[in-house]
Amino acid sequence: MTNRSFAHAVRTPPDRWSMQVTQAPAHAISVQGLHVYYGTVHALKGISLKIKTGQVTALIGPSGCGKSTFLRTLNRMNDLTEAVVAGSVFVLGENIYSPQVDVVELRRRVGMVFQTPNPFPKSIFENVVFGLRRQGIKDRRVLAEVAENSLKRAALWDEVKDRLHDSALTLSGGQQQRLCIARALALEPKVLLMDEPASALDPVATAKIEQLIMDLKGDYTIVIVTHNMQQAVRVSDETAFFLNGELIEMASTRTLFTQPADRRTEDYISGRFG
Amino acid sequence: MSKTNHSAARSRKRRQLADRLMSGLTMVCVAISVIPLVSILGYLIYKGAGAINWDFLTKLPAPVGASGGGMANSIVGTGIVVGLAVLIGVPIGVLAGVYLAEYGRQSRLGRSVRFFADVMQGIPSIVVGIVAYTLVVLPMQRFSAIAGAVALAMILIPFVCRTTEEALAATPHDLREAGLALGQPQWRVTLGIVMRAARNALVTGIMLAAARISGETAPLLFTALNNRFWHSGIDQPISTLTVQVYTYAIAPFDDWNAQAWSGALVLIAIIFVLNVVARTAARSKYVERS
Ligand SMILES: Nc1ncnc2c1ncn2[C@@H]1O[C@H](COP(=O)(O)OP(=O)(O)OP(=O)(O)O)[C@@H](O)[C@H]1O
Ligand SMILES: [Mg+2]
Repeated sequence: MTNRSFAHAVRTPPDRWSMQVTQAPAHAISVQGLHVYYGTVHALKGISLKIKTGQVTALIGPSGCGKSTFLRTLNRMNDLTEAVVAGSVFVLGENIYSPQVDVVELRRRVGMVFQTPNPFPKSIFENVVFGLRRQGIKDRRVLAEVAENSLKRAALWDEVKDRLHDSALTLSGGQQQRLCIARALALEPKVLLMDEPASALDPVATAKIEQLIMDLKGDYTIVIVTHNMQQAVRVSDETAFFLNGELIEMASTRTLFTQPADRRTEDYISGRFG
Repeated sequence: MSKTNHSAARSRKRRQLADRLMSGLTMVCVAISVIPLVSILGYLIYKGAGAINWDFLTKLPAPVGASGGGMANSIVGTGIVVGLAVLIGVPIGVLAGVYLAEYGRQSRLGRSVRFFADVMQGIPSIVVGIVAYTLVVLPMQRFSAIAGAVALAMILIPFVCRTTEEALAATPHDLREAGLALGQPQWRVTLGIVMRAARNALVTGIMLAAARISGETAPLLFTALNNRFWHSGIDQPISTLTVQVYTYAIAPFDDWNAQAWSGALVLIAIIFVLNVVARTAARSKYVERS
């Protein structure tokens, strides 16, 4: 009896959490007491935050503070490393670290864009429809339609529409990065995670990616890691400041950059360290 | 002032002299190592080209005493035995290499598989022949093409395994992450992305392995044996170029000795072609800029 009620008590909070999220999906992502360890490295130390649906949330902080680690817990890319994760992570109403979760399915709904563009060594077209083909969709018309829509949403269509069957590796870095975004969008994810998506690009290409992020806002919940304060200010609605594996402060971007509540945030955004 | 200039000039001279000496020495060594290769090829052509004609490539060996005849059955036999060995060995070798590169990179099993593959590459081929003899010839009570293929496959597997591992390990880690982040299961990422990206290197490794086993003689002597006629099934003895060359070279007949040279030349030509194809094979238009 005692045992059962104890188990019940332990199980209750997550259930209530998920109920809350499904009833009022104001938050696409809710993280509670998240710890991540890489062996003896304590990379994230009790992170709790919520990310609003349909908004752009920027993660900032000095190098090594755990931004990428945090991002990679949200689609379980951490599974590839020996990371140990504790705490609860709810994405789209689901506790993604519960054993029943289908990781493959999760990653379809939570797209990811990496720091360096990483198109497959295939044609532009095949890159975009890669995920669909693997889902068994063969109809050429459907594939062509999805490819066109995704490339349009990624603001790349006009530049590549006449060369869809050229190798993706013949594109410029900025185009490759937008192709990677198109590739993620083709699976119609709800959440898009971006880890410094423009840091390998020149200012013009960066501006295009930023414009794209603003265009995608609303339809997608976007979490973006950036080292560029101006970029965070330009594209994001909310900003979270990480330091040494802790979340120091999270607020609307305007508030965080104009009236930071914490001294360390102020030091960081005014360039006094990091 | 002038004194330092003087000593600087002298040390420069000394340096130049050492440079020239060193490059001269390397040239000499290159020459020494190329001479045997060139002279073998030259001698082979000199001795073997004469007896190569249409009959040699299309006819069976002539009966003892009669002149003429050819090695058509041996040429085809080498193709069959090597082809069977590739059919048996490549899937095993490639999958083992995939395991090493993608799943067992750091695991205990992975490390021991890698170690055994390396050891196996160094095992004398005659030993491989004995193993195949014990495993295949004795139970079947018969020498056969399949026994020869099994012996050659045992030589091929560790080679293909390691070249596959290296080819896969050389593909960027980014590609794997990109595939997984698109909601692809690991096996699809391996098959559809990593192996495709490494396709050229994989094909090259397989062709080089095939070239290598085409020249094996010892493991075939007591597995595939030899056959003076067209083979009558892969469960029967079969003639191969290497064994035929061996047989003819040690025979006490001058025309057989001459044919042995021609057979050796044909063998070298086959291996040469396999190597050239391996280097140029399957240049995909999508990987050039990667
Ligand atoms: N695979 C790993 N194995 C061991 N330690 C790791 C691993 N990945 C990250 N770490 C460590 O975890 C901490 C957080 O790393 P993380 O990559 O999340 O930082 P970051 O904020 O993204 O930094 P940057 O801005 O430089 O990208 C660092 O101390 C890092 O050394
Ligand atoms: Mg990072």
